[in-house]
Amino acid sequence: MNAMQKQLILEPKSGRYKLLIFILILTALLWSSSTLEFSASGMGGAVIARNIFLGIFNPDTAILFNWQNGVPFLLLETLAIAFVGTLVGSILAIPLAFLSSQNVVGRPISYVTSLFIMAIRTIPVFVYGLMFIRVTGPGPFAGLLTMALASVGMLSKLFAETIEELDTGIIESLDAAGCNGFEKIRYGVIPQLASDFLSTVIYRFDMNIRDVAVLGLVGAGGIGAPLIFAMNSHRWNEAGAIIIGLILLVFIIEWLSTRIRKKLARG
Amino acid sequence: MHQLLNAFKPTEITLPNGKKVLEPKSPVLLYVLLVLALTFFFIELTGFNLQTIQRRGHQFFVLLENMFPPNGNYAPSVWVPLIDTVKMSLLGTFIGAMISIPFALLASTNITKSKFLILFSRFLFSLIRTIPTLVTALVATFILGFGTTAGTVAIALFTFGFVGKLLYEQIETVDMGAYEAVESMGGNKSRAFAVAIIPQVMPRFLSNTLFCFEGNVRHAAILGMVGAGGIGLIFNTQLALRNYGNVGMILMMMFAVVFIIEVISRFTRSKLV
Repeated sequence: MNAMQKQLILEPKSGRYKLLIFILILTALLWSSSTLEFSASGMGGAVIARNIFLGIFNPDTAILFNWQNGVPFLLLETLAIAFVGTLVGSILAIPLAFLSSQNVVGRPISYVTSLFIMAIRTIPVFVYGLMFIRVTGPGPFAGLLTMALASVGMLSKLFAETIEELDTGIIESLDAAGCNGFEKIRYGVIPQLASDFLSTVIYRFDMNIRDVAVLGLVGAGGIGAPLIFAMNSHRWNEAGAIIIGLILLVFIIEWLSTRIRKKLARG
Repeated sequence: MHQLLNAFKPTEITLPNGKKVLEPKSPVLLYVLLVLALTFFFIELTGFNLQTIQRRGHQFFVLLENMFPPNGNYAPSVWVPLIDTVKMSLLGTFIGAMISIPFALLASTNITKSKFLILFSRFLFSLIRTIPTLVTALVATFILGFGTTAGTVAIALFTFGFVGKLLYEQIETVDMGAYEAVESMGGNKSRAFAVAIIPQVMPRFLSNTLFCFEGNVRHAAILGMVGAGGIGLIFNTQLALRNYGNVGMILMMMFAVVFIIEVISRFTRSKLV
């Protein structure tokens, strides 16, 4: 028996453990496979699928290039909702983030604020949409506020993580050099937080652009409602035009956001 | 105006030896101005108005007040769709994650040599991630009929895009030494992959899949609103009927289930990575 075989025998035996996990996953899958039911559509489905693909590859160019109230305008509105929504969301998230970081306010207050943030995150986006429509009436304004509230949860959590990593040594040395409170914040705190905060905000903006489509379900503005209407009434060329516009917008924003965030991360 | 322009011009500094150097100004001010201009334009476009919020802000809580107290008698009819939602998230996540593995292999530059295959599979990943899940769900209901099958397909597609992208990025950062060692000992490519790469990426892959599953349970609620089965279906009905007590009950039970799943998944993920 050489050294290699000895080492092989020493390796912990995880066979039984792996078998257990395998059985667990298999049972979960079998249990959940009851959701699959291939019943109704049959042939009708194939025809519809063909129509959808034809429509998406032959977009309605009249809407795609109509600058007055066609796809470009809808995209601009979507951009506006996501942009201002993310901005308002981050303004709301900053105080919450400070109130939920343990190194700023201590354990008890931090727990209470975290619970509050979790409660905000629990309610689905479209419920917020419905609630804001009562305030502002249907339209992009409601969508913007919905986006803002929907972003608060993630933004304040990530902000708080950055704040908890603050290097207090820098602030202490500024203190030792005789700086006052304002100077300590300006030269000790903001430079440490700014790039991480910005990066988080841009990432959330990127996500919000994708999520704006959901707002259309409740009539809170953006590109969602025209898209869902077009699809529900089987106007596939129109839906195709809107989808192509949306994909282009998301691609551009994602490319820009990745570039900016890479630059921010490298300093 | 002159001073404003000066803010962008580099400042001139004369060194002790008489040489003049230019210190470039930081472009931050320019970016700030750009963002401000965009903000004003977009505020105008969306009709953002603080006064409206002040005046009618209380309306925001009307819906919430109507939801409390939740109607406990409605709970038995929530269970089946809720379990359906969990089931379709589970199955959809599993299918999507499984299908993403071969495509992630094709998309990693250190495994695949063909430029075309790499570009093609990467394009596929970003295309699928770009299309909103709501749209895939709607298309799925048109093709497969209303019900949980459509929801499962939509979730599988989303998971495919999300997990796949993270997986190929993971595979690319793997230590290739072990792979080469197995190949030089006479193992073929698939053998080398199985013993050298899988152990390195497996924990992360499982963790990402679990994280995606967490999100999928939340998303699945929205999918029902377009007819893709699960909890969203009854949610939509009760909302339309203005049975806000029932809506509150649905939300409460959904919160409980999502919370339990998150706790389990977080615990498992902390063990994995």
